[in-house]
Amino acid sequence: MDNNKNWIDQRFPLTKVWNEHLAEYYTPRNFNFWYFFGSLAILVLVIQILTGVFLTMHFKPDAALAFASVEYIMRDVDWGWLIRYIHSTGASAFFVVIYLHMYRGLLYGSYKAPRELIWILGMVLYIALMAEAFMGYVLPWGQMSYWGAKVIINLFGSFPVIGDILLEFILGDYAVGDPALNRFFSLHVIALPLILVVLVFLHIVALHTVGSNNPDGVEIKKNKDADGIPKDGIPFHPYYSVKDIVGVVVFLMIFTSIVFFAPALGGYFLEAPNFVEANPLKTPDHIAPLWYLTPFYSVLRAIPPMFGSQLPGVLAMFAALLILVALPWLDRSKVKSIRYRSWPYKVALAIFVVTFIVLGWLGMQAVTPLYSLMAQIFTALYFAFFILMPWFTSIGETKPVPERTTEH
Amino acid sequence: MKTLFNTTLSAVAAMIISFNATAGGAGVHLDPANTDINDEASLQRGAQSFMNYCSGCHSIELMRYNRIAKDLNISETDMANNLMFNAEKTGSTIFSSMPDDGAKEWFGTTPPDLSLTARARGTDWVYTYLKGFYADDSRPYGVNNHVLENASMPDVLWQLKQDKSERAFNQDVRDITNFLDYVAEPVKLIRYEIGVKVLGFLFILFILAYLLKKEYWKDVKYGKWRAKD
Amino acid sequence: MSEQEIDLKKRRFLTGATSVVGAVGVGFVLVPFLSSWMPSARAKAAGAPVDVDITKLEEGQLVRVLWRKKPVWIFRRDKTVLANLPTLDAELVDPNNTEDQQPEYARNPHRSINPEIAVMIGICTHLGCSPTYRPEVGAADLGGDAWKGGFYCPCHGSKFDLAGRVYAGVPAPINLAIPPYHFVTDSLIRIGIDPKAS
Repeated sequence: MDNNKNWIDQRFPLTKVWNEHLAEYYTPRNFNFWYFFGSLAILVLVIQILTGVFLTMHFKPDAALAFASVEYIMRDVDWGWLIRYIHSTGASAFFVVIYLHMYRGLLYGSYKAPRELIWILGMVLYIALMAEAFMGYVLPWGQMSYWGAKVIINLFGSFPVIGDILLEFILGDYAVGDPALNRFFSLHVIALPLILVVLVFLHIVALHTVGSNNPDGVEIKKNKDADGIPKDGIPFHPYYSVKDIVGVVVFLMIFTSIVFFAPALGGYFLEAPNFVEANPLKTPDHIAPLWYLTPFYSVLRAIPPMFGSQLPGVLAMFAALLILVALPWLDRSKVKSIRYRSWPYKVALAIFVVTFIVLGWLGMQAVTPLYSLMAQIFTALYFAFFILMPWFTSIGETKPVPERTTEH
Repeated sequence: MKTLFNTTLSAVAAMIISFNATAGGAGVHLDPANTDINDEASLQRGAQSFMNYCSGCHSIELMRYNRIAKDLNISETDMANNLMFNAEKTGSTIFSSMPDDGAKEWFGTTPPDLSLTARARGTDWVYTYLKGFYADDSRPYGVNNHVLENASMPDVLWQLKQDKSERAFNQDVRDITNFLDYVAEPVKLIRYEIGVKVLGFLFILFILAYLLKKEYWKDVKYGKWRAKD
Repeated sequence: MSEQEIDLKKRRFLTGATSVVGAVGVGFVLVPFLSSWMPSARAKAAGAPVDVDITKLEEGQLVRVLWRKKPVWIFRRDKTVLANLPTLDAELVDPNNTEDQQPEYARNPHRSINPEIAVMIGICTHLGCSPTYRPEVGAADLGGDAWKGGFYCPCHGSKFDLAGRVYAGVPAPINLAIPPYHFVTDSLIRIGIDPKAS
């Protein structure tokens, strides 16, 4: 055994990698519930790639065949239904996990120096994931796939001058059809998964360079013992590996409950109109993107057309996404963790969470004057959180941050 | 922070409930179908009724005869003798006996395939629709429908409605609805059962994983994981 | 702490138990993924038994049908052909059907249920081409007078007689395969299902 290990180590840094990233990667000892979601996101990525590989074996990326091929998977392929439900549930689960992971960042200031790059890589990951999910949702070629794709892609048509040509370029046709389905399929199964995997790798490399933040927002590397080991750190393996296994099993219990008992989750994970094949002549009564995109869809709808163009809404939607990247520089607070922050930040964060959820909910509703007004108010609140952040993070009394992590 | 989390959770829960409540309604009142996918006798009766009353015009082309036979415990011989009017092989998918061109001429439209109707519209819709025909002389077949205004379909179940008690008729319609619900997602018959087993397995794994974690974390608790502090 | 040793034992047990149960779980997960590679319901339906009506099949005539995406030949042999078959035994690799290339009920000199009616899978046992039907006796390009009719594979020159038996000295190693089949009536053959054990 030891001989084999030596043989490999002379040719590949196996032991070194194992130690640097697991056995001797020192992690703060005070992680709480919110720190499960990073490893869960990796788990979901693996689940999606595995099920996706097998779905690709039966799916036909052809406008005439796609819808039937999905039902073929659901009925004729042995266990195909399970693989498909895991994949469709996994898409939503990915966003549940990612949103909680991002919220953890907001709670404990994980984006603050020296972790800005981790946050930026994470935001790029998030945007790539949205593109991946959107294109994946087009593939079953149901009514919602088709009309959802049409609405979202039409956004690009609102750019002045280049809009029309840009639309034709994206679609490879004059409307959503076979070429669009085919290229989305390619991007969904090859290009974006590759990008996601590379970004995840970079995200983790950056994380392991600076080390993890923690609920106290204390830098554990500032307090090392004689051997240079952080006093508040514990090796990731075995302590956090066994802890994460518990998290994984609990996650799988919730996940499989949805897969087996409510795969459509009342229309949130699989929309009923998507069980009707795409029909370019008949728009469904009510089109809404899947829940994870609706906060930004609300922002889009909140901004009325100006100068006869939908462009302002489109720009606002992209701004709502991109402004997240600036977070590390908008936050002027001396402390990281919500535990020691001043009250204005706590209030602002609470309002932001409510804002995000309400925007998400509004994005699923049909437009009424009341809802439009609400969307505008909450869009304003959404942007206010970021624009006013330099101000409300610098006022109010922060609590003193302890030298060492605290036990909870 | 705990309160923040709780508020978030309850807000999400409230929205799920309100979304579900509004999901069905486009103005028309729908009767609850109260179907039971595990009621095999009902599914068998539904299959029989479907083949007798519906399959003349409507296909369920995503479904195979032998799949129905296997899932609903109907022998393939019974299937072939009593339920297969439009095909010869038990492995075939179920097509109506009506040519598309004829349909256009007779009804002004092609009767839709019903493979996924119960999933796209919901069982309540199917149930209420089948019961929702009323006399209307302005329509080609003398009937109209409460649920789907100006439906081009004749009231194929009128004889049953006339001959049977309301209760028995409702049951017939419920059986057909139940069958269409099964047809829309055949694995619904088995996925609950598999789900319970999977959860049972995961629960055992959870106990082991939890004990393992607790055991290892004693080190952290007593500061024993490294020699010097 | 004094219970250090006891802890280690418990730790080892729990690590083992969790790993074993986890591995069983991975085993369960493999089942659906591997099963999804097996022939689907559609493939099975398409591979269902094929019925062939031979009422109009004349002596010497050959019809091809597809069964499980493979060509199956059904042809009628006259008395001369049947009489010729045993005379070829010396030139063949396996004249007595010792290899399992046919169901038991076709393990006979004419390799069929009804001597006249031959049913076989038209795929060369060398590399899978479909041989051509060459029933004409004495075909010059196939050995002249020695040729009593049979099949010739254009890909690599393998030769078979009219019972699908392979000649010696050609690339194909064994006789052509006979699929399961039975007579539903005297004139209707069902390919894909063995005769009912009577």
